[in-house]
Amino acid sequence: MDDFLLRALLGGFGVALVAGPFGSFVVWRRLAYFGDTLAHSALLGVVLGFLLQVNPTLGIFLVCQLLAVLLFVGQRRRQLAGDTLLGILSHGALSLGLVLLAFMDEVRVDLLGYLFGDILAISPSDLAWIYGGGGLVLVGLIVYWKPLLAITVDEDLARVEGVPVDRVNYAFLGLMALTVALMMKVVGMLLLTSLLIIPAATARRFAPNPEVMALLASLIGVLAVSGGLFGSYQWDTPAGPTIVLAACLLFLLTFFLPGRHQRRRN
Amino acid sequence: MKDRAAELLLEVSDVQLVLGGRTILEQIQLQVRRGEILTLVGPNGAGKTTLLRVMLGLLPATSGRVYRRPKLRVGYMPQRLHLDPVFPLTVQRFLAMAGTTKKDKLLACLQEVGAAQVFEAAIQTLSGGELQRVLLARALLRQPDLLILDEPVQGVDVHGQVELYRLIAEIRQRYGCAVLMVSHDLHLVMAATDRVLCLNRHICCSGTPGTVTSDPAFIRLFGPLAAESLAIYSHDRDHRHDDCAAHCREVR
Repeated sequence: MDDFLLRALLGGFGVALVAGPFGSFVVWRRLAYFGDTLAHSALLGVVLGFLLQVNPTLGIFLVCQLLAVLLFVGQRRRQLAGDTLLGILSHGALSLGLVLLAFMDEVRVDLLGYLFGDILAISPSDLAWIYGGGGLVLVGLIVYWKPLLAITVDEDLARVEGVPVDRVNYAFLGLMALTVALMMKVVGMLLLTSLLIIPAATARRFAPNPEVMALLASLIGVLAVSGGLFGSYQWDTPAGPTIVLAACLLFLLTFFLPGRHQRRRN
Repeated sequence: MKDRAAELLLEVSDVQLVLGGRTILEQIQLQVRRGEILTLVGPNGAGKTTLLRVMLGLLPATSGRVYRRPKLRVGYMPQRLHLDPVFPLTVQRFLAMAGTTKKDKLLACLQEVGAAQVFEAAIQTLSGGELQRVLLARALLRQPDLLILDEPVQGVDVHGQVELYRLIAEIRQRYGCAVLMVSHDLHLVMAATDRVLCLNRHICCSGTPGTVTSDPAFIRLFGPLAAESLAIYSHDRDHRHDDCAAHCREVR
């Protein structure tokens, strides 16, 4: 196997492993649009990376983190972050990123790579980012797993029962920003949320509890990455979109499999 | 139970709440003592749920003070859950989130509220009445000193409502806790409570169900028809509910 293909496979697996549990929370907490908004701000992060002369992944993480906190604070005071505000920020951030990039004459950027991912160009240092950052995200999720579930069920109830809701939410946002930054290389900003949502949605039919759903989602993500890369290699199609299509295909296929029937009562 | 010396669990002193320039609550005084059942009644928009949230510490008051006895254990039952069907959660797991994961203990608590048959069901598939019972069980698992219930009988048919109120009264006996609940249904709740607080931004009147329903402030708020059908007042049969609404606006 060629080196670049091996790195692509490893990078894709790493991202899929993180996207499984994280994507589960995104669908449970109905944060798909929120994730989209963060992803769309990634170009700004790339610009920031160039300006500060740091790794673009770090730049993306910083911008996503800032935006996540702004949105979170806005949401807490008087419902500012409804769908409308998310829409404005999402497309505003994307456009600002594109315009700023156009101003930077001396910088040559593979725009398509950022929009749709460039998994075949994953470098060893990208792999280090994915596994280092991904490991951090997973550890964070495990540490905050119980309180996060409690908040997902009902934030007020969690607060009354003594869960430090604000702290857990901020931690979650930090992890989300990091996840978005790591996933950029694989599927790009326009397709990023799909890799969070589709494996989780596919896993739902077979999951008796949240933990199994998270693990299954990881597994399904790994399958999608393998299938997508294989298809891309076979038919010379763009890798990111092929991976997403593979995930969609898996989602459709599960409807032909017997799922766990929802038990009404025992 | 009516012993004035009973342990003070929670006290609200002179609380005012202003949100976005609007006064939602003003001059709220109330005390909750161990063993009593207290019911907040009031028209829509009177601030009942908001007052509960202030008492629970979920919402800071603009001015005034909320005293909670140190180490007060509160069991809270929200109005409803906003759970997406994509979240795989059984009743058993939901109950375990209160702290204990011992299966027999969880099941026993669910039995106590008469909902043992849904122990393994997905929580999104429950009927209104079943969900209320499960929420109540979750609150009880905390071994509460004070049980705070936000419209505990919402979405439950009349027969089920009577049963739920009886259950709440039983729980008070068994756990020796105080119960504070919000309700906008007047009839059934009156039989099940020791003290009624009638809220419309401020507390218009309070006392036993008997004294409150004959209080002029209560009649202004809910209209003579409501008071009359509570079998306390009996005149002015021509009054319709439209007038009650007008009364409420006047009071506001």
